[in-house]
Amino acid sequence: MSDFEYANAPESKAVANISPNYGLFIGGKFVDPKKGKSFSTINPATEELLSKVGYGDKSDIDAAVRSARAAYTKVWSKMPAKERGKYLYRIARIMQERAREFAVVETLDNGKPIRESRDTDIPLAAAHFFYHAGWADKLDYAGFGSKPKPLGVVGQIIPWNFPLLMLAWKIAPALAAGNTVVLKPAETTPLTALLFAEVCQQAGLPDGVVNIVTGDGITGAALVNHPDINKVAFTGSTEVGKAIARSISATKKTATLELGGKAANLVFEDAAIDEAVEGIINGIFFNQGHVCCAGSRLIIQENVADEVLEKLKKRMSLIRVGDPMDKNTDLGAINSKEQLNKIEEISKTGDAEGANRWSPDVKLPTKGFWYPPTIFTGVTQSHRIAREEIFGPVLSVLTFRTPAEAIEKANNTMYGLSAGIWSDKGAKVLWAAKQLKAGVIWSNTFNKFDPASPFGGYKESGWGREGGRHGLAGYLTSDSKVNK
Amino acid sequence: MIIDGSEKSLRKFLSDLPPVDQVGAEARAAMLATRSIKTSSKAWAIDMAISMVDLTTLEGADTPGKVKSLCAKAVRPDPSDLTVPSVGAICVYNDMVKIARSELDRIGGKSLPVAAVATAFPSGRASLAVKKIDTQDAVDAGANEVDMVIDRGAFLSGRSYDVFEEIRVIKEICGEKAHLKVILETGELVTYDNVRKASFLAMLAGADFIKTSTGKVAPAATAPVVLVMLEAVRDYFTLTGEKIGVKPAGGIRTTKDAIKQLVLVKETAGEQWLTPDLFRIGASALLNDLLMQRMKLRSGHYASANYVTVD
Repeated sequence: MSDFEYANAPESKAVANISPNYGLFIGGKFVDPKKGKSFSTINPATEELLSKVGYGDKSDIDAAVRSARAAYTKVWSKMPAKERGKYLYRIARIMQERAREFAVVETLDNGKPIRESRDTDIPLAAAHFFYHAGWADKLDYAGFGSKPKPLGVVGQIIPWNFPLLMLAWKIAPALAAGNTVVLKPAETTPLTALLFAEVCQQAGLPDGVVNIVTGDGITGAALVNHPDINKVAFTGSTEVGKAIARSISATKKTATLELGGKAANLVFEDAAIDEAVEGIINGIFFNQGHVCCAGSRLIIQENVADEVLEKLKKRMSLIRVGDPMDKNTDLGAINSKEQLNKIEEISKTGDAEGANRWSPDVKLPTKGFWYPPTIFTGVTQSHRIAREEIFGPVLSVLTFRTPAEAIEKANNTMYGLSAGIWSDKGAKVLWAAKQLKAGVIWSNTFNKFDPASPFGGYKESGWGREGGRHGLAGYLTSDSKVNK
Repeated sequence: MIIDGSEKSLRKFLSDLPPVDQVGAEARAAMLATRSIKTSSKAWAIDMAISMVDLTTLEGADTPGKVKSLCAKAVRPDPSDLTVPSVGAICVYNDMVKIARSELDRIGGKSLPVAAVATAFPSGRASLAVKKIDTQDAVDAGANEVDMVIDRGAFLSGRSYDVFEEIRVIKEICGEKAHLKVILETGELVTYDNVRKASFLAMLAGADFIKTSTGKVAPAATAPVVLVMLEAVRDYFTLTGEKIGVKPAGGIRTTKDAIKQLVLVKETAGEQWLTPDLFRIGASALLNDLLMQRMKLRSGHYASANYVTVD
């Protein structure tokens, strides 16, 4: 018998030069907010203060939009597309060079395991800039009409689950298409966006092309409602997405909305069971389940359900929960107290409505915000935990008898962002993919992302696509429709 | 019994096994390779890996002198540091078993097992009669472990029952005297589905260990192959309550490789498999790298290669 405990393998914090204070990034410079207000951002794994960042209000948003408009009309829209591409390549390379620093700051500010920020978030963010850099001078030949034009100034609001990656999803296509941007990072995770502002300076990006205004929902609303923006790009909750749709409804503004999800992960009897179990784990416990496309509804064919659940529980017992800076950690901290409360509240309805809760025996740290990996079995379509997005490491398990029933249950949701299919039979996979009403469907894998692949949802999961040629289309217009 | 010994029941069992998804298995193995094993856990892993090495010489040019010097290395891998454990076993050809046994006994390695490769190693291309004599010869010479090769030709042509029967017969010859390790030669089975089927087939036929490779065919003990085999012994234990060992062999040359193997064991079959009774690593060059890393961990600097012995 052995005692092969992994010793602590912490990533060094030394590479992260987090400043004690940050201003707003407007017109290529860090400036103090007009009212001089600031707010704290903390490490959710320890509750320690990381930095104080500027709180932008309506007047700051106005300054940022004016700066973006000036950059758009005077510089960015006039610049040859090839030159725009060069800036994007330069940004991508600098992000790669500073990848370790970005990974450390992301993990400190967000609570996600360093393994994920190092191996997924940061490389993918850089990849988005590389990918879109290549598009900048090819837009005329890509089927967007003879002379596609940028929209102008774009207001972008991003969530806290993949802070830098969501920034890349927003800024890279906007800039490649020739727009300038004002971006508001999430309140709890502003730091990598501010680090990105430094990268813009380092790359010599013309002043005002990228503006970053930190703040909260009020800051975001000021951005959405600013009369001089041409488009809103938002990733976040369906609730806020609906509010944005309402507030721009009588304007000429367009919008891309990436909202919630409650993805079905379908396991058929002929699946490769061990790999399906890995996929289930990755589907719901990747990034603590703070993933809009998380596979949060596991729907298993009833005749293999016992086998799958037994293996799933054993595998869950191996999940290493704890210090996100440890290179061996699999499940990190919940991003905020507020989110933790929300997870706890919805999960409790699972208990109350008669589902069976199970978690492996894990020791959670005493400080910070934590939730154990959890599954609920015996869940039916009528349970709240089968319908509402929990956005945490909580999996609802349902079963089906026939493929038709699997599809019926999978589609019986107000969302339609993603879905997973596990089967070794190609024909069955293709058939199921055709039936599922979801924007992204993974077959025998889950949570795989690529800049070339469009991402977006059906129904209440949002409007439009991000990534790929489809995503670029959301930042372009033909001559006749140019707003300004 | 999970099968009744008939061809029909074996075929049914093997065809009911779930498939392996190649992409998923490789992704899982790659993820586990990112585990960061440092300080105290590294020290533990190095000593465990040393005690799991089946120190091997399987060359046409093997001589009594070569085998004897290997025995000395096996008993005392680092003569300058007696806290280094002995290796798991010595692995040689049949005709060297006697020499290895008497040399080990002479130099204080009585408890060290000698493993002999048998059944027309490495190709397995001989009649069953020859394979039986080959095995009997190894057992008679005093081999404590027999590393047999399966008939890959039979397996690939669909005659899995012939393979099963052959293992069963060889197991009978080994009896109580020798442990049976069954070499699948995964580099020739190629697909993970085949690796899974062959693993179960060998366990059902009586293998005490399932082993990846002869070391004569590449690729050999790749991480995904070992992962699939560890899943097989884990699932076999769930079915029968019986623990079967796993031996990756071939291509494991560095301490890093060896530690990755131990991580695979811990997070697949489980910690109970982290013992030389249930996990061995077939290697020759690996041992010196383990010794050098062990010195480095203690002294803080790398020694020249001349500080480890070349036997």
